[in-house]
Amino acid sequence: MKEIRIHARAGQGAITTAALLGFSYFNEGRYPYAFPNFGAARMGAPMNAFVRVDSDPVRLRSQIYEPDYVIIVDSTLLRGYNCFSGLKEDGVAIINGKEDLELPKLKAKQSVFVVPANEIALRNIGRPLGNTALIGAFAAATGELKLDNLIEVVKKRFSGKAQEGNIKAVQEGFEFVKKGIK
Amino acid sequence: MKEFLEGSHAIAEIIKSCQPGVISAYPITPQTHIVEDLAQMVSSGELKSQFVNVESEHSAASVVLGGSATGVRVYTATSSQGLFLMQEVVFNIAGMRLPIVMTCANRAISAPINIWNDQQDSISLRDSGWFQIYAEDNQEAVDFHLIAYRLAEDKRVMLPVMVCMDGFILTHGMETVDMPEQDKVNKFLPAYKPLYKLDTADPISMGLLADPDYYMETRFAIQETMRESIGYLFDISKEFNNVFGRDYKDLLVEEYQVEDAEKVIVAMGSVCGTIKEVVDEQRAKGKKVGLLRIISYRPFPYARIYEALKDVPKVAVLDKSVSLGAYAPVAVEVKSAFFGKKKGPKVISSFVGGLGGRDITMETIHEVFRRLGAKEVNFDFVDLKPELLKEEYGE
Repeated sequence: MKEIRIHARAGQGAITTAALLGFSYFNEGRYPYAFPNFGAARMGAPMNAFVRVDSDPVRLRSQIYEPDYVIIVDSTLLRGYNCFSGLKEDGVAIINGKEDLELPKLKAKQSVFVVPANEIALRNIGRPLGNTALIGAFAAATGELKLDNLIEVVKKRFSGKAQEGNIKAVQEGFEFVKKGIK
Repeated sequence: MKEFLEGSHAIAEIIKSCQPGVISAYPITPQTHIVEDLAQMVSSGELKSQFVNVESEHSAASVVLGGSATGVRVYTATSSQGLFLMQEVVFNIAGMRLPIVMTCANRAISAPINIWNDQQDSISLRDSGWFQIYAEDNQEAVDFHLIAYRLAEDKRVMLPVMVCMDGFILTHGMETVDMPEQDKVNKFLPAYKPLYKLDTADPISMGLLADPDYYMETRFAIQETMRESIGYLFDISKEFNNVFGRDYKDLLVEEYQVEDAEKVIVAMGSVCGTIKEVVDEQRAKGKKVGLLRIISYRPFPYARIYEALKDVPKVAVLDKSVSLGAYAPVAVEVKSAFFGKKKGPKVISSFVGGLGGRDITMETIHEVFRRLGAKEVNFDFVDLKPELLKEEYGE
């Protein structure tokens, strides 16, 4: 079983991110359970979305407290929230942010990938919605999902210009992390 | 076909395949996505139905009552305060023996206002004459709607059914669902043919005054139907399994590792998935624990619960609702199943958890098993925050 916790603000597309990851896992024959948790029910309020995935249908219905992976859609949440809370010893964090982002000290085997997802999104989609770049980065950083599969999922979810831009964003997010790993 | 779907969308899809002639609903979190999707399906022509926009839940329930009285299949959905606003009509629907199906996206009750999940809303309408069945996952939530129409419209039944699914956890949860194909739906659920209907060509009156000479029999009749329906649920689930290849036993309860268990938790809805995880984990360590999941809360399956638990020494009932000033609603019913019987658990303890969306984790379930000791406890709330309970009085 793998658990992903997404940190975002309401309106930033975290549910879409969880859904896209869920669809991608589903296509690869796994059983994902993607679900949100809203705090205050208004735009801009901190919220979480989660993906729990296994080789059998997921029965556990609680939120995720000890994730294998965290995806931080809005780096301003690092102030005042411990987005890394409970992250596994060898956990991976993907953060939407700039290169000079200040990070807390993490455990030796934990890894962090800071991805300029908003820049990638602005360039390709015209709006600072970094979700698709982040799932590309997630696939590269974790090896959990295949890039081709992510692109298929994004193709289904979006149409027209948004489709084209989001496919590019997925690819660039993926490449950004791949380059960093080499 | 297996699909990855949001619970609400899966419900809208299955309702579409049931082809109700009238849909009326008022949006309320966490039910909203279901009726939004249905409104879109009607607007696009994908679903040929009359979607009646209304100004309140009381009107939504009234519209489906009227629609059903004219002899067509109808649908509505609500949550929490919305269900309470419907209450007057909810009782009327059962009293008029109208086979209406409603989804209750379970949510806590105000005040304080809270949009998150517990089961206080549907539980509070337990005496209304509606069937209440609780889904553990979205596959069941989907399947139960088909079963609900089939049961409601059975000539021997003619009563409304409330399908209860935990708000957010299921309604907003996306998971793999094997969606029933339309030809199979048609096979399992034939077109609705009413016994009586409002028809200007052949006028009748419905929902009239019943004076003391007549009223009591109407209630006795519903009580009898509920009692007999326990058998119908068994037959319908067998037929459902044959058409759709599922494995429902009787839609009353599910026994999970109960047979030789020393401690069993009784619960309803999605939390049972979490309990199963704990049961498996504990069984792997040699601990004899189990789960008895109640699927049908109305009618309440006293006999099945008695049979399942009569040799279990310790039972914990985990309620996601309360009856303030009395024992918790499910606990009191489970206890009553053993009253005056020779066999039965030595201890039936009552726990309340998950109110207003307080997350029930595996640790919560461990805690329930830990507190289930030789001494019976009641009114025991799990996961309380003591720091919030300090009493403060003004000068």
